[in-house]
Amino acid sequence: MSKLLEVTGLHASYGDFRVLHGLDFSVEKGGISTLLGANGAGKTTTLRALCGMIKRSGTIRYDGNDIGSKATEEIVRMGVAHVPEGRGTFTGLTTEENLECGAMTRSSRAEIARDMEQVYHWFPRLRERRAQQAGTLSGGEQQMLAIARALMLRPRLMLLDEPSFGLAPMIVQEMFSILRKVNEEEDVAMLIVEQNAGVVLELADTAFVLETGGIVMSGTAAEIRDNETIRAAYLGY
Amino acid sequence: MELLAQQLITGIATGGIYACMALAVVMIYQAIHHLNFAQGEMAMFSTFIAWQMLAWGVPYWLVIPLTVVVSFAGGVAIERLVIRPLGDAPVLSHIVVFIGLFAIINSLAGFIWDFTIKPFPSPFGEGSQFGGLISNHQIGMIAVTMTVLVMLFLFFQYTRVGLAMRAAAENPASARLVGIRVGWMIALGWGMAAAIGAVAGILIAPIVFLEPNMMLSILLYGFAGAVLGGLTSPTGAVFGGFMVGIIENLAGTYIPEIGGELKLPIALFLIVTVLVFKPTGLFGRTVVQRV
Amino acid sequence: MSANTTTTADGQAPAKQGVSLPQPAAATSNAKIMRTAGVILLAIGIAAPFLSGNFLIFQLTMMMIYAIAILGLNILTGINGQFSLGHGAFYAVGAYTAAIMMDQFGIGYLWTLPVAGIICFVVGFLFGLPALRLEGVYLALATFALAVVTPQLFKLSPFEHWTSGVMGIVISKPDAPFGLPLNPDQWLYFLTFAIGLLAYVCARNLVGSRTGRALMAIRDNPIAAGSMGVNTPLFKSLAFGVSALYTGVAGALGAIVVQYISPDSFTFTLSVALVVGLVVGGVGWLPGALFGGAFIMFVPNIAEELSKGLSGAVYGLIMILMMYAIPTGLGGLLKAALTALSKRSMNR
Ligand SMILES: Nc1ncnc2c1ncn2[C@@H]1O[C@H](COP(=O)(O)OP(=O)(O)OP(=O)(O)O)[C@@H](O)[C@H]1O
Ligand SMILES: [Mg+2]
Repeated sequence: MSKLLEVTGLHASYGDFRVLHGLDFSVEKGGISTLLGANGAGKTTTLRALCGMIKRSGTIRYDGNDIGSKATEEIVRMGVAHVPEGRGTFTGLTTEENLECGAMTRSSRAEIARDMEQVYHWFPRLRERRAQQAGTLSGGEQQMLAIARALMLRPRLMLLDEPSFGLAPMIVQEMFSILRKVNEEEDVAMLIVEQNAGVVLELADTAFVLETGGIVMSGTAAEIRDNETIRAAYLGY
Repeated sequence: MELLAQQLITGIATGGIYACMALAVVMIYQAIHHLNFAQGEMAMFSTFIAWQMLAWGVPYWLVIPLTVVVSFAGGVAIERLVIRPLGDAPVLSHIVVFIGLFAIINSLAGFIWDFTIKPFPSPFGEGSQFGGLISNHQIGMIAVTMTVLVMLFLFFQYTRVGLAMRAAAENPASARLVGIRVGWMIALGWGMAAAIGAVAGILIAPIVFLEPNMMLSILLYGFAGAVLGGLTSPTGAVFGGFMVGIIENLAGTYIPEIGGELKLPIALFLIVTVLVFKPTGLFGRTVVQRV
Repeated sequence: MSANTTTTADGQAPAKQGVSLPQPAAATSNAKIMRTAGVILLAIGIAAPFLSGNFLIFQLTMMMIYAIAILGLNILTGINGQFSLGHGAFYAVGAYTAAIMMDQFGIGYLWTLPVAGIICFVVGFLFGLPALRLEGVYLALATFALAVVTPQLFKLSPFEHWTSGVMGIVISKPDAPFGLPLNPDQWLYFLTFAIGLLAYVCARNLVGSRTGRALMAIRDNPIAAGSMGVNTPLFKSLAFGVSALYTGVAGALGAIVVQYISPDSFTFTLSVALVVGLVVGGVGWLPGALFGGAFIMFVPNIAEELSKGLSGAVYGLIMILMMYAIPTGLGGLLKAALTALSKRSMNR
């Protein structure tokens, strides 16, 4: 297997405040990696750095290209969809307009319509609320919308920041099975940040554990899952 | 009764101009969260360009689209060259840059075309309809502004670029995350605002005559309209513009104390009153938002 | 949206840094530099009218008058965080107060200054009341409207008996009192100089006082200030009043020095010039007012030298370039320079 995303020596800072101190990690083509760590470890920052939302340095190779100095919108146009922390809903637009925005970089109207049907099929709640102003959706509905909007890009790589945030346990299961389906059927690679380490380790093939801006542990998801010490020290479950 | 009808029509006709200026102001405000104090001067300059082309003998039906295109390009250029390099400099620095822009455009127009007042022919000719109730130019003003406004509404509501512009204005960070080139959307907004201003300038010039300072009070009425409707609502701004036009004319006619000389202070009064009692404007809704 | 404040007040910024820096020597030397600069400026200021022609003296006097007006605007914007694009209105009220008192009632020019100040304080305070509900760009908008409307207001026919409408009022130039060996221009220069100095000292004391701290607290965090028991509405209106007082006194002086006023002396260009002066000098840095005054007095002349027909465009271009180069004005530049300096001496 070859790597879709390969990151070496990733540094990032907010102004003068340095948060990431040289991370190395990767995502296989069609694979799922997960980034675990305590609150404030720098997981969100890592995802932001990957798609150029904050100042960063180091090499970020995506699909053979160096995207370390590309603008966010250009990275997205290369097929990287980011479900941000806080969902990033366009609150003043309707649900459907939000989804259309997700497909903004694509041109085939027919394909977009088909994918719209598909995400409505996966998230029937969104179909019910299609004409509603997205800012008035419930928190969980907005989370579904964020994931659905990312899918509308037809991405090759998805960066998911706590996709289960605010979702009811049953919906979480459903959402992860949707992600699994997308991963298997569409060959979409994923980098998932999750508090829900138990669930995501079932899904992922590789895991990286982050602590105060550095990677302290990495391995296959199974290794991390089965290692009592790591679980107790870093994942707390 | 006849007087009332006439004043209402005049109000709607000039109100359309204010609506255009208000819309231009709101479009830029939504994109960059600053008020473009040079909006009026940009429109004035566009009008001079139209005048120049007419003087060269270019037919009217060609002058208007050409002016709109040139103004659009000018608006984009100003955004790219002047505003963008400012980045997120403080509000007051932006205000100073707008003042500088104001001075440059005003001085340039005076330099090229001098400061004497010039008559500007109406594209709709002289004459009037319905026994003098409404002049041809007024009919034209109402028709053109309505067309422009409806077209803009359709553009924003039903095209992908329109949607992208709305998304970029509302949440630039999220817009980037779906691959929208936010910088270009802002430039596009500037271009469109300049083009709308050009239409407004051409339509009002036959009434106020052409000179470099012609747009200052028009811009103020535009601001009043924008405030009345809510700076965050393009539709509201349009309604606000029409309402300011109507209020201005009716008050000027029926309240003798106001007459001609207090017309401009009405705009001030409207702005302050609306802002004080209803800061979001009559139509600006505070977006219901869950955090 | 908050004002682009650079420093709290002159002298305070370096002094404050001194507290937080491990080596206070750097800060003291900064304060020393500032004090030396102040003394030199004072000396130049006293010598200038004996070394220059009457027209230059007139220009320098106008520069100081603008500086006083900008100082007032700085109290409002820099210290209290409220915008005004309409301070030309208060300048006009001050100017008309002085002119009408002298023209209609034959009152001595010196008496017009405190009266203009008091009237403008009241007018400013009253304008500050509705302004309480406005913030940032909205306040800028409302005051911009005020600026555009100002000349119209002074043209109104009901007031024509007082204002002489568009004709304006001519004032005669006062001579130096007590047989001082000064010509009228020199006398007005020194009068303005003294008032300017007084205004500056008062402003500094205001900034250092409890009231000043309350004003700055409101600027930095209105909600916190409110919860700390600061009467926010009162202080914000007060800031408007005091600010208008300064600008009104400047307007009265301006009327006396120029010897003529009419509604079109106070177009929105004046209001806008004051804002430009404020920003160029540095929002929140009180001595910046002097540099701002110099900018709006002399740079248009320089622009005229550069290109007669396009002087407005050149002036506008200079303004824009200034904002690219020093978006926080001279005050911001100075602060950055001092910080760099003290950092360097710290590393030594
Ligand atoms: N905009 C910002 N400005 C300054 N510091 C920030 C900013 N955003 C995050 N930080 C800091 O960076 C560090 C990492 O934050 P980050 O959001 O990446 O954590 P996280 O791992 O995503 O945590 P969580 O699980 O709570 O979401 C934290 O110490 C945080 O305080
Ligand atoms: Mg996070």
